[in-house]
Amino acid sequence: MHADAFDRYYAAESTLHRLDPRIKVVVTVLFILSNALLLDGAWAAFGLGWIFLLLANSASNLGVDFTFRRSFIALPFMLVAVSAIFAPSGQPLAEWRVFGISLVPTDVGVIRFGSILLRTWLSVQAGILLVAVTQFPDLIHAFEHLRVPAVLTTIIAFLYRYLFVLTDEVLRLLRARDSRSAAIPGQKSGRSVFWRAQIAGHMAGQLFLRSYERSDRIYNAMLARGYTGQMRTLRAHVMRRRDWLVLSVSILALLFVQLIGRIG
Amino acid sequence: MHYAPAPLHIPDGFLNLVVSLIFWALTIAAVGIAISKTNKSLGEKQVPLMGIMAAFIFAAQMLNFPVAGGTSGHFLGGALAAIVLGPWAGILVMTAVISVQALLFQDGGLLVMGANIFDMGVLTAMIGFGLYRMVSASANKTLKLAVAGVAAWLSTVAAALLTALQLWISGTSSLQIVMPAMLGVHVLIGIGEALITVAALAFIMQARPDLLEAGKVAEKGGRGWIAAGLVVSLIAVLLSPFASGDPDGLERVAENLGFLEFGLDAPYTILPDYTIPFLGETALSTIVAGVVGALVVLGLMVVVGGMLKKQNAR
Repeated sequence: MHADAFDRYYAAESTLHRLDPRIKVVVTVLFILSNALLLDGAWAAFGLGWIFLLLANSASNLGVDFTFRRSFIALPFMLVAVSAIFAPSGQPLAEWRVFGISLVPTDVGVIRFGSILLRTWLSVQAGILLVAVTQFPDLIHAFEHLRVPAVLTTIIAFLYRYLFVLTDEVLRLLRARDSRSAAIPGQKSGRSVFWRAQIAGHMAGQLFLRSYERSDRIYNAMLARGYTGQMRTLRAHVMRRRDWLVLSVSILALLFVQLIGRIG
Repeated sequence: MHYAPAPLHIPDGFLNLVVSLIFWALTIAAVGIAISKTNKSLGEKQVPLMGIMAAFIFAAQMLNFPVAGGTSGHFLGGALAAIVLGPWAGILVMTAVISVQALLFQDGGLLVMGANIFDMGVLTAMIGFGLYRMVSASANKTLKLAVAGVAAWLSTVAAALLTALQLWISGTSSLQIVMPAMLGVHVLIGIGEALITVAALAFIMQARPDLLEAGKVAEKGGRGWIAAGLVVSLIAVLLSPFASGDPDGLERVAENLGFLEFGLDAPYTILPDYTIPFLGETALSTIVAGVVGALVVLGLMVVVGGMLKKQNAR
């Protein structure tokens, strides 16, 4: 497995890449909050939000449609929202009979479904853009600056570091299982589902103990190198004038989106 | 190989702001207590141990076993983490896992992350550890494993139940559809979870029995967890069949209690006169109502936490 399998960072030279990670996190959260605050059916405001996103995309030098192309990962969950179409309040639009159940889509329901879809779609893209233009350690550092408890951010930083190591461990376990499990093509091999689940469980237990013991060794190595419970970074993040400018312009833009959402 | 998990967590836009903020408050309180608790018991070792264990959960979710027809069972791991590491450490580990899933893979939203962590971290720790704690002192290994299996199954189902309720209160899904669908799927997923948890636990008991000694388990979480686990489990067990069998009934009960209206238009009923002329009456009042609600819940948690602490000190 390649070390970049979990990395979502796309290296490029751009305004967005150079921006202070704190600003990127704050603007992303504000953008998602702004989407959540828009009322159902505020189409003009949703459109403005999308334009905001497109501008951010083009400022990232990754292509205007960069996040759009990656935004379909949230689609499976959309199934959950489909039932919103049949909201009981509102005017019925039609009546469908499916397996003997009558389903009545209403106008309120359709508007609601469309709005949920747009909110999610815009928010997911904001998240995709954030991790594409910010290196993960910088992102963690930004959360630390934003007063997320250092213990939590450090745990997350550790998770990210050892994700690669433990994933390799899992792949080795899986490869070992595959090589033990000879099978004649077309014939049923292995025993019952319970047996297979038990094997997977033993692998999980094995992985747990290997990880647990590895954390012991890592801790000892850290102690030997002078670890005192604090993680340090060499990258000093300093807010510059450009960062403040981007922040204030973004806030004004999002306020404008909200204003359009109320009037329109 | 480019790792891409199937999105299973609630994304942004699916829960309304009040629900999101209330669950953020609950989660922040739980995580705050968890940080100080594990810090006390582990000291500076907390960071490497929790970090690696979170990576373990992440990696273990890649373990699958073929079931039938090309589908495969997966492992979620919350209950196992809570049983072996203790409830507070389990909450921290799951928080880290869910944050990274949301941040890096957009599996789950940022604004609704509080709800996701509560459903899959806090609730799982309560049920997983709470039920196991009941029998942790017993010498009967089969009993312990059976209870762990039930706890793993139930925590999966309870998380699905709570998620369905959150979606319904937010007005995203109608209860008649989302409840049977979510429960139906997770009753099956839970069986796989239970099987793997039991097998993994049996393996750990065999290889490192010292990790699961009765005294060590008791150290990680007091008897209060048994009560919490039992109460939550009981609610889940009583509510699930009722909710999936008769969702209309649940809707009617909620309507009679005025609970549904609270969920749908809480901002207007809590602060009816709160209006800002040029913004209209919804934007700011929604935020303020959400913040007020969150603060009330947070205050409640602090009081309860303080009482529990005093009880423990005695």
